[in-house]
Amino acid sequence: MLEIFQYDFMINAFIVGILIAIITPCIGVVVVLRRLSTIGDALAHVSLAGVAAGLVFGINPILSAVLFAIIAALSIENIRKAIPRYGEISTAVMTSVGIGLAAILSGFVKSANFNSFLFGSLVAISPFELYLVVALCIVVLTVFILLFRVLFYITFDEESAKLAGIPVGIITGAFTILTAVTIAISSRVVGALVVSSMMVLPVATSMQVSKSYKQTVIYSILFSVLFVVTGLLLSYYLDLKPGGTIVIVGVVILIITLLTKNIKKTV
Amino acid sequence: MSAIDVQNLSFSYKGNPVFKDISFKVEKGDFVGVIGPNGSGKSTLVKLLLKILTPENGQIKILGEDVNKFTGWSQVGYVSQKANSFNDDFPATVKEIVGINLQANTGIFKRKPADYDERVYAALKSVGMQDYQNKLIGKLSGGQQQRVFIARVLIGEPKIMFLDEPTVGIDSKSDEALHCLLSRLNEQLGITIIMVTHDIAAITVHANKLLCFGGDDLFVHDVGGAVTDEFLSKIYGYNVKHDCSSCEYMIQLKADE
Repeated sequence: MLEIFQYDFMINAFIVGILIAIITPCIGVVVVLRRLSTIGDALAHVSLAGVAAGLVFGINPILSAVLFAIIAALSIENIRKAIPRYGEISTAVMTSVGIGLAAILSGFVKSANFNSFLFGSLVAISPFELYLVVALCIVVLTVFILLFRVLFYITFDEESAKLAGIPVGIITGAFTILTAVTIAISSRVVGALVVSSMMVLPVATSMQVSKSYKQTVIYSILFSVLFVVTGLLLSYYLDLKPGGTIVIVGVVILIITLLTKNIKKTV
Repeated sequence: MSAIDVQNLSFSYKGNPVFKDISFKVEKGDFVGVIGPNGSGKSTLVKLLLKILTPENGQIKILGEDVNKFTGWSQVGYVSQKANSFNDDFPATVKEIVGINLQANTGIFKRKPADYDERVYAALKSVGMQDYQNKLIGKLSGGQQQRVFIARVLIGEPKIMFLDEPTVGIDSKSDEALHCLLSRLNEQLGITIIMVTHDIAAITVHANKLLCFGGDDLFVHDVGGAVTDEFLSKIYGYNVKHDCSSCEYMIQLKADE
């Protein structure tokens, strides 16, 4: 057995990392194709404000992060509906709200624990966090599989989906809440500043090589797992921060994929 | 029973009346062209008929039922302007795009039907796109994409099909091919077609009825008789000269100097 797997904390890191690597692109593929890539950033920052609020007021920080993220996600959806042609304004506004609130509230946080929410603590997972991620993974995958074709329809053409009798409002509302919960919980594990990258980078990479929607989803998950496993191995052997290493691995693989695609085009 | 029956319909946008008290009927099997200048209310009318917008006053009946109580939306298809409906980089195949419309009939939590592949193939064959099933939608030309979107509607076996300027951004050859395809669907399958368009030359050849928005009025024109340049000039508010005599349908719009 590899030396790395002699430690329970590393085994937990791999289990939780891979579970999050499976669910984040499921959310990410819908978010990216609906041109809302920056929603991950916005919700992660608001989650951070929620964590700070939890630590200040003595509430479980994960719970307060989830609550803050759900309110922010629903607000984004409402702002987007009000100004549909400039939908990206909604995520920019909410990112500002998150940064502002997090900056103010963090000034009142006495615990040093707050920093671990910025870049995560993948190698210091508690049993509670492990169970929480397993439960989240089951919920996200179940919803995603059940609504796979409906989400595809709404993502491709929301107006026609409505006309086809699909309850678009209810489904996008439920998906928005699921996105918020996923980001808030994943933020605790991989870090608020890392989670949005995990939603977008695997999907962006997959879109360069896939030949269908179904392939885009499958390749996104495979790329995401590849990023996490490679990132964790490199971080262990090179003594780097795991969250940041995972993201940089993702960026490097995306750049290699883009370059390969462009070279193939010119040949 | 008419396919569509509109009585005394009025609609305003942000306090500005778009149209007032308009009434008309579309019979089953009609091919109706909706024409008029930009901003005259053509697309708004379609959105009202599809219940995307709510009228101020008036009544709309679809297949004999009040639009507010109408439940047979699976019998109604809609093809929007291509440019507004998706981005060219969307990673989906033609087969996936056409197949999603089966969802409405099979229920959102149910598995796809056993004859899914056959139905997708048949819908694509009816628009001549059966050889493009595994192509990415963004790799097709504008005219081909619109054919795929028509196939997506056809798979639901619609009785009424709405099209909102489907020929925007496509070349004249594909434009004429699309009109011929719609005529064939109208004649052979009996689908009632309501099409918003600026292509007056083509629509006067293929449609049997025109709904013409001009000023605050709506004129219903049977295309059986010739549509005169004088009438079109009144609708558009400037001199219109149209020529349907050649294969390449031409329209010349000359602003009144």
